[in-house]
Amino acid sequence: MNQFHIRDCVTDMYVAAMRNSKEMKMDKEKSLLEARNITFQYSKDTRMILKDFSLTVSGEERMGLVAPSGFGKTTFCKILAGYEQPDAGEVLLDGIPLSSYKGYCPVQMIWQHPEQSVNPRLRMSEVLAEGDEVEPRIIEGLGIEADWLNRYPAEISGGEMQRFCIARALGKRTRFLLADEISTMLDLITQSQIWHFLIEEVQKRKIGLLTVSHNDELLKQVCTMICNLEENAETPRCS
Amino acid sequence: MSDKQQEHTHMHKVNSTEGGREDALGYDEGGVHEHSHHHGYARNEHIHGHAAADQVENTYPHEHEHGGYDHQHHGHYHNHHSHKRGETILEIKNMNISFTQYSKGFRQIQLPVIKDLNVTICAGEMVAVVGSSGSGKSLLAHGVMGILPYNATMGGEMYYQGEPLTPKRIKKLRGNEIVMVPQSTSYLDPLMKMGPQIKKGRKDEKTAKKLRTIFKRYSLDESVEQQYPFELSGGMTRRALIATAMLDDPKLVVADEPTPGLHMNVAKRTMDHFRELADMGAGVLLITHDLELALEVADRVVVFYAGTTIEEANAEDFAHVENLRHPYTKALWQAIPQNGFTYVDGVQPYVKDMPRGCPFGPRCSYYTEQCSESIPYQRLRNGYVRCCHAK
Repeated sequence: MNQFHIRDCVTDMYVAAMRNSKEMKMDKEKSLLEARNITFQYSKDTRMILKDFSLTVSGEERMGLVAPSGFGKTTFCKILAGYEQPDAGEVLLDGIPLSSYKGYCPVQMIWQHPEQSVNPRLRMSEVLAEGDEVEPRIIEGLGIEADWLNRYPAEISGGEMQRFCIARALGKRTRFLLADEISTMLDLITQSQIWHFLIEEVQKRKIGLLTVSHNDELLKQVCTMICNLEENAETPRCS
Repeated sequence: MSDKQQEHTHMHKVNSTEGGREDALGYDEGGVHEHSHHHGYARNEHIHGHAAADQVENTYPHEHEHGGYDHQHHGHYHNHHSHKRGETILEIKNMNISFTQYSKGFRQIQLPVIKDLNVTICAGEMVAVVGSSGSGKSLLAHGVMGILPYNATMGGEMYYQGEPLTPKRIKKLRGNEIVMVPQSTSYLDPLMKMGPQIKKGRKDEKTAKKLRTIFKRYSLDESVEQQYPFELSGGMTRRALIATAMLDDPKLVVADEPTPGLHMNVAKRTMDHFRELADMGAGVLLITHDLELALEVADRVVVFYAGTTIEEANAEDFAHVENLRHPYTKALWQAIPQNGFTYVDGVQPYVKDMPRGCPFGPRCSYYTEQCSESIPYQRLRNGYVRCCHAK
């Protein structure tokens, strides 16, 4: 009886180990970014921004996020990218807490206001160097002109600056990209241009994409699935 | 950016002290006031009739559901407008603005940021100037208001109600007949309560009463008067800024990019408020990068590319791409997600290396030799276009 029990345990462990290694193999092919039961508020007297919120994005997905104003979309992106720590819950990348990744963060966020997310005292070439060895192919693909590299942020337009911010986030170790209303300040042609490039790039490199936008038509064009936070229900749809 | 803001607040202060001085010197301020009031009254009656009619058909835009912002609604607006397009309020002819910059030591260079800009605004009409960021469209607003930075020079002709709008004249008119709703909410004085700030120091009961009416219409609570700008949310500050503009029964409202960073519904609501100003008889010049939003409210759209007006179209023209005139405008239309989401390669040229002739030339599929020459702004199908291939 006793012996049997031990053997059983060993078998269990063996099976678990097997399953783990299998899962790990699977993970290598398909990365997952998970937010588990996130609860967050900025300070004790302000309102609770996120409560017990969970969401999973896979590396082959382009997910669109729709939510009313003040829901906490930007806050959620900040938590996913590791800029903020949740009060409860955790962010896992391939099952491992995001905070345990040292050095370059594989989850990169592109902000809504490019002029507020670059150091005004750095030349644009130095802004790009903040990224993780951004390939010349990306710089070219985003239509960044060599002449802009020597300029300071004050000397280029918002649309041009956003291209740099996107390039900076597409470093070689980036595996997930969070795009928080990145094209609201752009004109329609630039918006379309940048999104076409981004879609191709994340598809090629199997980078997972989470897009926040108020523009439903844009999300339909960009995303493979749209998640409406108001109802907290995922409505998968093809685009 | 912060420079510009400073400039503006500075101007604001200059303005108010001037008003004070006029008072002290015993200028016939009362007379002027009466006069403007007269106008105000005449128009007010008009407003009332109008508002009543509006209320029957639909409640004020901010009270109704925005999901149902259908085309019919627009159609109604537009038809309405073509009827009562009144006198010409503002006419800008061949405006050009250039900056003096230092390059390599003490050598000065002239950077032409805006050239050949043409816009006309009539009473009761809302004209949107649509251009991408970096096209110099904010300068247009600053040029009209006479608050360009010191190193900018402006050329061309500008007429307000048929008479030239000189720097001296604009100084007198801005803040009462001509008002600007600035781009950033940080244009407000952070150390002044909203009420006194909007009333510009006037303490009479009439102004106070009017402000209460305006606040009510924009669903701002009366307590807002006692609050400081930092205590208001983004949307509330926007509405307060519009209230500032409305207090004086303006004849011309210049709105410079009034909706950045606002949520879609709030942005639409803000636009509706401007539409209301136009419906009351003011001319509204809306400067924005958001074509889709502009189309919801504007009567006419002036398309601005690399510092030049390349097309002027009626808002209805955007219903079908064939009705549009310039290849750039067509490309803009086709880039709208639901209209194909296509794009053209390249970027808007920088002022320093502007191509000769058509600024869109290098990106245009219709480009020929002819395009590198000077291209006239000509009338075409109830609008204007600056393109030699437009049909």
